[in-house]
Amino acid sequence: MSVKEKNTNGQTAMPKLKGKDFASDQDVRWCPGCGDYTILKQVQNLMPELGVPKENIAFIAGIGCSSRFPYYMDTFGMHSIHGRAPAIATGLKVTRPELSVWVITGDGDALSIGGNHLIHALRRNVDINILLFNNEIYGLTKGQYSPTSKEGMVTKSTPMGSLDHPFNPAALAMGADAGFFARAMDRDPKHLNEIMARTHEHKGTSLLEIYQNCIVFNDGAFEVYTDKQRRSETALYLEQGKPLVFGNDADKGIRLDGMKPQVVKLGDEFSESDLWVHDEKDHFKAYLLSRFFEDNRHEDKLPRPFGVFYDVERPTYDEMVNLQVEAAVKKMGKGNLDDLIAGTETWIVR
Amino acid sequence: MSVRIQEKEDVTIRFAGDSGDGMQLTGSQFTNTTALAGNDLSTLPDFPAEIRAPQGTVAGVSGFQIHFGSKAIHTPGDSCDVLVVMNAAALKANLKYLKAGGIIIANEDGFGKRDLNLAKYGPEDNPLDQVQTSGFGLVRLDVTKLTRASLQDSGLPPKDVDRCKNMFVLGVIYWLFSRDVKPTVTFVEKKFSKKPEIADANVTALKAGYAYGGATELFSERYSVNAAQIEPGTYRNITGNEAAVIGLAAATEKSGIDLFLGTYPITPASDILHGLSKLKNYNIRTFQAEDEIAAVTSAIGAAFGGSLGVTSSSGPGIALKTEAIALAMMLELPLLIINVQRAGPSTGMPTKTEQSDLLQAVYGRAGESPLAVVAPASPADCFEMIFEASRIALEHMIPVMFLSDGYIANGAEPWKFPKSSDLKDINVSYAKPREAEDEAYLPYLRDDRLVRKWAIPGTKGLEHRIGGLEKEDKTGNISYDPDNHHKMTHLRAQKRDNIANFIPEQQIDEGANSGKVLVVGWGSTYGSIKAAVHEVNRGGLAASHAHIRYLSPFPKNLETIFSRFDVILVPEINNGQLIKMLRDQFPEYTFHGYNRITGVPFSVSSLCDAIERASKF
Repeated sequence: MSVKEKNTNGQTAMPKLKGKDFASDQDVRWCPGCGDYTILKQVQNLMPELGVPKENIAFIAGIGCSSRFPYYMDTFGMHSIHGRAPAIATGLKVTRPELSVWVITGDGDALSIGGNHLIHALRRNVDINILLFNNEIYGLTKGQYSPTSKEGMVTKSTPMGSLDHPFNPAALAMGADAGFFARAMDRDPKHLNEIMARTHEHKGTSLLEIYQNCIVFNDGAFEVYTDKQRRSETALYLEQGKPLVFGNDADKGIRLDGMKPQVVKLGDEFSESDLWVHDEKDHFKAYLLSRFFEDNRHEDKLPRPFGVFYDVERPTYDEMVNLQVEAAVKKMGKGNLDDLIAGTETWIVR
Repeated sequence: MSVRIQEKEDVTIRFAGDSGDGMQLTGSQFTNTTALAGNDLSTLPDFPAEIRAPQGTVAGVSGFQIHFGSKAIHTPGDSCDVLVVMNAAALKANLKYLKAGGIIIANEDGFGKRDLNLAKYGPEDNPLDQVQTSGFGLVRLDVTKLTRASLQDSGLPPKDVDRCKNMFVLGVIYWLFSRDVKPTVTFVEKKFSKKPEIADANVTALKAGYAYGGATELFSERYSVNAAQIEPGTYRNITGNEAAVIGLAAATEKSGIDLFLGTYPITPASDILHGLSKLKNYNIRTFQAEDEIAAVTSAIGAAFGGSLGVTSSSGPGIALKTEAIALAMMLELPLLIINVQRAGPSTGMPTKTEQSDLLQAVYGRAGESPLAVVAPASPADCFEMIFEASRIALEHMIPVMFLSDGYIANGAEPWKFPKSSDLKDINVSYAKPREAEDEAYLPYLRDDRLVRKWAIPGTKGLEHRIGGLEKEDKTGNISYDPDNHHKMTHLRAQKRDNIANFIPEQQIDEGANSGKVLVVGWGSTYGSIKAAVHEVNRGGLAASHAHIRYLSPFPKNLETIFSRFDVILVPEINNGQLIKMLRDQFPEYTFHGYNRITGVPFSVSSLCDAIERASKF
């Protein structure tokens, strides 16, 4: 489409952009069938809905397959160095708070080499959106285990099985006092789009973990949750104010037995009114939800939650930095360079 | 009582005491008063490495040296004429700095049995008697007793009374050097304006010390140091880190671009963070990041957004930032990297000075990563050189390394400061907004200096991607094309080299434009080399001094200068780093090194010897 159209007065008016207006002229070079394609498409589809001028959007990425993402977006973008995108985004957002700043990262980038920056961004609460593409493997370096790979996983660098205990990104985020954590999956684009919009809406650091299939090195890692046939038994879709129900016939639910979540069969003994009602403003419940993280290869106990776990706003770091600047100007007036140069004690040599 | 006043051309005093004795304050007060009296001067604090080293031990000794005179002063002095010691440990740690026949003013009270033990003197030692027999002059003051006596009516608790001991000593020294107590009285009254009883006590102790100097017969003579022949103007005293902070504020104002400092605390660079964090009303934002890498990358993010990105650290922190610095070079964004060097390698000696990060600055990155490097020559010069570093970064879209060091950072000197209207504007070229029908935007299109334009997010139609991957010429798209990579590697190097057309030519700092020996230095050796060259020339040698402040690229006329001398001597507080660069770029010349790596500045006398030896090559 043409970006501009003439209106009846002969003046130009900006028509609403479409998803494809956010596609850059670069060929996308992920492996055919990679989960990244869906995510890219959903991000591009979401952009026109944000009400943010295109030139005010910036995508910052680190290193890895997912981090090529900015090259495919027709926005401002930076493909930086491994793990550092949250820190770069922090500098950008603090100095340009009017921009919509997105970080694209993967499980290696965010949780291994860049783990420090991720937790500090979360605790500071810089108003940025972090999309963490988790495929539980190193793709770009061709198949080594990642900090989210399951214990015992045989990879190129772990021929006898991985000894590393994996990170639980949700629990990590809650531990770092994140104001927003959500999870989505590449195989459910509609839900992904919806949750991405929520990620953007939240003011503060928003972390969205996206289960993304690496078709070459870790195919099917999340199939137990993402496969349309099995999903309803294994995935728990969170909805604000709704009881935690799942199952093929919506016949199961989660109930709290004291502090302990328990899967119950709905029927004679339990009804929906006995179930845990999702409240994304409840810190304690979000902590519990983050622990729904059992190894899905074992006999299933708790379903894996998808949706918004936690969404509570507190003042953002960028906002507060700039409020301090305003307060300083208000208190001391605009700085006078000559006063600063001269300092408090001077003398004259004649 | 009339004591003879002897006139001195220059004097060096070293104040030394326990960390808690207030020696830094005493030294800085003496400095201000001396500056107001019109002397030229140079100072250097000598901090203990530990914040709270055990009281009374040698490790806990804090010192402050001031060299002042009626002549031009370039260094804090190789050794001192007067050593003021508050306890036995201070004497033990500092006696080596006292000239033969020098005077020790000792707080006798700090030489009790316990003090001698803590200072690790033997049971038979009586250091005060021993120094007297070694030909030093000794003045014993029972400072604690005298201070307490002067404040017996103050009503203050003993702890607060004893805190005034340094003021009593300062009063004695003021008397000895015929100084006015008034500037310190004003300072104390202002500092303790909310605690008038403390202010009164300090002033009383100061005046009591001054009176005691005159009333006793401890001193056989007093000294006076006349005002120096200093270029007329308005002056202030300034340390290197302070000058760097003010220089950055000046660059912010003269470029009209906000400054963002991303940093992580490290000795001896942290004062730059402390200083800038107070300047929020000067369009300056500071960010104490989670680590050195976040510090530099946040500055890169700010630079991408249109701010002057600055990061500050010391050698070990710079090593951590290296990958990100190369990214900024590759992105061609303005970034200023401040390295306040300290003695390395690894953790090294954090509070000691060294010039051993030059090769790291010029070459220390993966791949071909050319960037600009400048170095201030003295504390006050930090103002001009950090302004220059900012100008080069912003006007040439390139990372610039500013190489200060611990000696410059903490040393102080009088500064004839400029007016802001005397400073040149910094001119940045931005990419202009585009309409949809305009030609495609090329982020890596260059002007005749090979500089690309700054395309700031928020500018309509300039949406573009930059990254660390090799980029195609002009478009900035990812490219693995062999010829393109060759071309881009050379473009980036040439762009850096072109800066030579936009920096001042090299000057001769001391001596004639041609002669026998040229002494080439950089960084904090400026004062020592200048003083040494002056000294040897008085002795009849034809030596000159050229101090290189632009290290990458070098000024264009360097070779012309080299060609006018028979011998070129390159003294450095490292194992020979500038000399390697000079040998590489000027292979037809012979360079002789003089290298001492002791954590302290060169002594003028050792440099004089080195120059005299070189003159016989």
